[in-house]
Amino acid sequence: MIPLSWYLIFSAALFCIGLYGVLSRKNSVAILMGVELMLNSCTINLLAFWHYYAQVRQAPQMSPLVFAAIIFAVAAAETAVGLALIISAYRKRQNIIASDLDELKG
Amino acid sequence: MPPLGVIILYAIIGLVSVGSAVGLLVSRNAIYSALFLVLNFLTVALLYLVLGAPFIALAQITVYAGAIMVLFLFVIMMLGAEKLTESSLRVRGLRVLAVVLGLVFAAEVALFLVVRGGIPAAPAEPALTFGDPAAVGLMLFQQYTLPFEITSVILLAAMVGAIVLTRGDLKDRLARRAALEKKA
Repeated sequence: MIPLSWYLIFSAALFCIGLYGVLSRKNSVAILMGVELMLNSCTINLLAFWHYYAQVRQAPQMSPLVFAAIIFAVAAAETAVGLALIISAYRKRQNIIASDLDELKG
Repeated sequence: MPPLGVIILYAIIGLVSVGSAVGLLVSRNAIYSALFLVLNFLTVALLYLVLGAPFIALAQITVYAGAIMVLFLFVIMMLGAEKLTESSLRVRGLRVLAVVLGLVFAAEVALFLVVRGGIPAAPAEPALTFGDPAAVGLMLFQQYTLPFEITSVILLAAMVGAIVLTRGDLKDRLARRAALEKKA
């Protein structure tokens, strides 16, 4: 059996790669992809803890799976709205470079 | 120590997953980035399958690798945004900081593995029907009915929001219609 820490290290690595992508990219679509990667690494954590809790208690719990399914639905909603915002920005500015969209800058 | 086959399987999943995430970062074409992300989602779905959650694994494939990535590719191709520009981190100190923090993270992981002696004793794998879809479905519709309904409202709001955002304002629409009529 694989120790829990391996999963946590793995998901932390994915989270950091996603965070680097969010911070370093200019293209809004690439930024959104980094956000997806981070969200996914959180789900890995959730399911790893679920697996180990079920093994320690010797009884499967179904609640975390429901939680993960709800996270998927929220991720889908987030992506749809994010991409719609990008399309809307493109309509107005013909440009989706995030650092150029600075109309709200004071 | 877990059996060698298990370690090899996990090593392959982990390496492919992290490798595709790095590929997502370094590729200069947004289409390749999106395809690397699909590969990453697929390997993570494999991990869920190994963890004993087949329902979540298949939901991951259909929702993430299927629906969400199709949406990404659609938008990339529609906007013609394939070319990714260079990294926007212009501050020199930031790169150094990133390297230092990355080394700290690696040292932390190494320290943890040394202090905890690498692998703690783990209980044996119980023979349980893990996360089978019927049980998840029953849970979803019995105990968690209210969150389920709220999720559907969130999806509806997202759908309406996406339509409203992409539709443009009235002036936009009138201009587009006028352009169409002129062309006809």
